[in-house]
Amino acid sequence: MLRLASSRRWFAASTLGLALALGSIGPAQADQPRELLNASYDIARELFAAVNPKFVDWWQQQHDEQVSVKQSHGGSSTQARSIMQGLRADVVTFNQVTDVNVLADAGLVAKDWQAQYPNHASPYYSTTAFLVRKGNPKQIENWDDLARDDVELVFPNPKTSGNGRYTYLAAWAYADQAFDGDKAKIEAYMKRFLGNVEVFDTGGRGATTTFVERGIGDVLITFESEVNNIRSEYGQDGYEVVVPPVSILAEFPVAVVEEYAERNGNLDLAKGYLDYLYTEEAQRLLAGFNYRVNDEAVAAEFSDRFPQTELLRVEDVFGSWPEAMKTHFASGGELDQLQRR
Amino acid sequence: MIAATLRRRASRRVLPGFGLSLGVTLTFVSLILLLPLTSLVGQLSQLSLSQYWFLISDPRILASYRVTLLAAAVAALFNAAFGLLMAWVLVRYEFPGKRLVDALMDLPFALPTAVAGVTLATLYSSQGWVGRWLETLGLPIAYTWVGIALAMAFTSIPFVVRTVQPILEDLPSEVDEAAVTLGARDGHAFRRVILPHLWPALVTGTGLAFVRSLGEFGAVIFIAGGKPFETEITSLMIFVKLQEYDYAGATAVASIVLATSLALLLVINLWQGRFTRRLHGGGA
Repeated sequence: MLRLASSRRWFAASTLGLALALGSIGPAQADQPRELLNASYDIARELFAAVNPKFVDWWQQQHDEQVSVKQSHGGSSTQARSIMQGLRADVVTFNQVTDVNVLADAGLVAKDWQAQYPNHASPYYSTTAFLVRKGNPKQIENWDDLARDDVELVFPNPKTSGNGRYTYLAAWAYADQAFDGDKAKIEAYMKRFLGNVEVFDTGGRGATTTFVERGIGDVLITFESEVNNIRSEYGQDGYEVVVPPVSILAEFPVAVVEEYAERNGNLDLAKGYLDYLYTEEAQRLLAGFNYRVNDEAVAAEFSDRFPQTELLRVEDVFGSWPEAMKTHFASGGELDQLQRR
Repeated sequence: MIAATLRRRASRRVLPGFGLSLGVTLTFVSLILLLPLTSLVGQLSQLSLSQYWFLISDPRILASYRVTLLAAAVAALFNAAFGLLMAWVLVRYEFPGKRLVDALMDLPFALPTAVAGVTLATLYSSQGWVGRWLETLGLPIAYTWVGIALAMAFTSIPFVVRTVQPILEDLPSEVDEAAVTLGARDGHAFRRVILPHLWPALVTGTGLAFVRSLGEFGAVIFIAGGKPFETEITSLMIFVKLQEYDYAGATAVASIVLATSLALLLVINLWQGRFTRRLHGGGA
């Protein structure tokens, strides 16, 4: 009997709770500040946590309006999928050109989004670099060292991670240059390179954990920004950063999700947010997070952090992103062929 | 006394009305089970039969079935043996901390599977507390199929323990005492008297553990290593296809896992029905 009574009370309490919860979802109050939603990639949490308050100040100065910025983080492809399924983000700041292209194909982002902002709508960029163990015991200097028999590699799965995709493309671009476009030699190199991978994690942070915490592999290949962050996170002593003389240009594309920004009444705010990322103040902030920037003054200021390397554009080596995706990463594509036994 | 009261009330039906309760049940079955299944079939119908066959018989996907089935089978057999042992110990013996151990059995259900995966990978990698010793013995665990089986065994052991335990509780120790006084030796008594009673529950529990392991993603993915043809599990292949925006391909592979699981559950149910009929001489 006691049990029955308590369950009835529980029922009453939960009904009341439900009613309260429903009541609070009333229409939004008019004097609430406008809210911008930025959908971003997984490892940009700390970055945008630093950028957003500065942007709010900047907007306040320029327009005398108090706004707030909300973040959503996840794998870049997952984010693109959520937006297509109705996540009403005003802007996207991704690490994959292809994922913005998907949104453009769905009509949510302008077709010419890469022309709307400087540097192919990429306010900052990076490249793939190597993290090796202290003293560089395996003497890793360039991409050809990574295909040696005695070297074990860790990088995220190119099938599931944009980061891993860049690594694959960088290795291919290196081989393309080294073997003067001889496809048989490039493929032989790529086979040995992929065969040296000890663990394929699904994402960049997973690969970092495998390399750092579990001590697997001789080389971790990931974004230069991430490599530097790991070094500062886990101590300067245990690891060394190797930036190869040639690598791939990793753009971090931004775009206004016009369809939703317009509906949210945030179009000007969204555009302002992306403009802000190109200001000197924001560029300095970005460089502080080990991303390379185009602002000349800031780039000169941080030049000791970023060694000179030849950065190849995906478009120049592989034609275009859609082409690279189709030839290399689609089911049955080059990557599948290389991994076939 | 209470049992008698319950039995009398049962005929009066505690829940209001057959119509209402069945209606609610069917609504929820439709919303929670049938609707997602229907949309899965809907996705599949976009494929022609040859496309479907091509997708599900790709050599790399085939290799992932093999890895998944092997690891799940090993995990299920491991759980059958050790789950039975744990249930036995929990039911038949009294020892300090028994309640705690009993509660711990549910931990794999409560723990987010990703946490389990990360923890296992850390423990069993070549630098980990346990992995370091096993590695010197030439037994690498993490990033091999053994690691996959280990993660599967971890997440599915409660299925065996929790299905066998109540049956064992209903079986008083007088039964095995009687068998022994009638001249059966210990091993014999267990095989001929106790095991036949536990058999259905044990098979059901093991089957559920196996089915659960087939679809496990979170716990396994961190310890699997994801090497093509060696340590790629089927749920990773589904995830890969989703990342490529290849919904049809993902559903095609998922349908194989689903069909295998459903078929297995059906077989277990049928077998159990026959077993029960035989045990009770066709009465029940």
